Amino acid sequence: MSKVIVVTSGKGGVGKTTTSASFSSGLALRGNKTVVIDFDVGLRNLDLIMGCERRVVYDIINVINGEVSLKQALIKDKNCDNLYILPASQTRDKEALNLEGVERILNELRETFDYIVCDSPAGIESGAFTAMYFADEALVVTNPEVSSVRDSDRILGILAAKSKRAVDGLDPVKEHLLVTRYDPKRVEAGEMLSVTDIQEILRIPLIGVIPESESVLQASNAGTPAIHLDKSDVAEAYRDVVGRFMGEEGLPMRFVTVEKKGFFKRLLGGR
Amino acid sequence: MARAEPAFKLKIANLSLFVIYVNTTDMVQLKNQLDMRFSNMQDFFSNTPVALDLSAIANSNISLDFAGLMSFMLNHGMHAAGVVGGSSEQRKAAVQSGLGLFPDTIERPTLKPAQTPSIASNNTSNAEDSNQPESGLAIEAVVGEPNHSNTLNSNFQLQKPAAQVLPTFHPTMIINKPVRTGQRIYAEGANLVVLGVVNAGAELIADGDIHIYAPLRGRAIAGAQGNENARIFIHSLEAELISIAGCFKVFENGIPENLRGKPVQVYLDCSDLIIQPLLS
Repeated sequence: MSKVIVVTSGKGGVGKTTTSASFSSGLALRGNKTVVIDFDVGLRNLDLIMGCERRVVYDIINVINGEVSLKQALIKDKNCDNLYILPASQTRDKEALNLEGVERILNELRETFDYIVCDSPAGIESGAFTAMYFADEALVVTNPEVSSVRDSDRILGILAAKSKRAVDGLDPVKEHLLVTRYDPKRVEAGEMLSVTDIQEILRIPLIGVIPESESVLQASNAGTPAIHLDKSDVAEAYRDVVGRFMGEEGLPMRFVTVEKKGFFKRLLGGR
Repeated sequence: MARAEPAFKLKIANLSLFVIYVNTTDMVQLKNQLDMRFSNMQDFFSNTPVALDLSAIANSNISLDFAGLMSFMLNHGMHAAGVVGGSSEQRKAAVQSGLGLFPDTIERPTLKPAQTPSIASNNTSNAEDSNQPESGLAIEAVVGEPNHSNTLNSNFQLQKPAAQVLPTFHPTMIINKPVRTGQRIYAEGANLVVLGVVNAGAELIADGDIHIYAPLRGRAIAGAQGNENARIFIHSLEAELISIAGCFKVFENGIPENLRGKPVQVYLDCSDLIIQPLLS
């Protein structure tokens, strides 16, 4: 049974697209047939992060309007065999997405794919609503900062009240908390909320903590999802997230405390 | 041709409305007092429709500068919607400034002894108010059917309702999920029990009591229809606002140390909102 997973946050700039790219890549690396859909119509970014922007010919709006088939619009990822990307339209606005059209596309994708990852736009308007409406599970991306937590709280409320599962009275959407851009040093200094603080407010299970890292920016600019980076704690953290999502147990929550510098690191003056 | 879907419905709805009772035609005095009362209540009104009751100045042949008053009110977030009562000249001037006309007088409940609308200025429990017995205005919320009304005084409290209606009680509403920002739960004519966390920006409203067995970080409004005996029980007080029968308290400067994060009960004692720790 295929699963629709929405990556959402309410607030912009917290790492939804970065997460969608790495999470879907991680699922595909584990052999799952995966498709990632960019719902940010008008401000499409996912193709840039995935490094396929030059191969975008058709987009989700073309498919919804019946101008092309789903097959024609899907782009095969350059890094993973099992991963496809359905890009957003850059020239249209979010009203062009309608629930019937999206449902038709999702149902067609469900026939082929194990996981359908929906990269939601920021906000709580129609675009974000459409992205979350059909979700079976949700990754709620939150930064350790009060406004981001507040917006995630709002999104969780909408998921619980207005998603299709809620409306149809099915089991509720399964919620996962993903804390991104986490800097244990600044948490210790009291400049950032801690994971515990965030959980205390949002009260949903934690699926992972992604540390703040410069490599994310470099990976984005290079068009490679961060999970493919070598020797990067961000990549490790995303792999842990995928592992936990697939039901692997006993994975320790890493990157939540300040790392003690070893003797050599101190000697060599590492950061 | 097929019949078109109806594009609209016309219905009569009973909505709550704030009413400012204008007791003076002196615009300077009126504006000063409005300023005084609302300057430290930012965000209490946000584009809220407010009616102006002119009954008290109907005998005066001076008309108000409605246009000036409307823009002044707008600065305080109040959207002047129309006038109640007033002389025919005053009503004419109001219409010319774009205000609507409500029926001549607000029907007072028959249960209640005759009372002047400006009870806020008679509130002796309030030092600030008793200094100015001839208050230029009184503000009142008229709710649905006009048998219950709440008056606002400058101490951030809606004064006790003029008459109280005991609603028919429904089974207690129980919420076992977190109540998240932007959500509003209303237990109509019932008590409300919440087992999940109530986050900042969420709102609980009940006509009866409210019990929260988790942190309350948002708002809780008990006795929403004027039941002064309603109480609120909170497992951990971290609230933005609590209110019983219209008397409310905001925690602008934070919750007092001895109450913050503590289990408390909240009740009304002669229109004073008492927050009492549950465990000594």
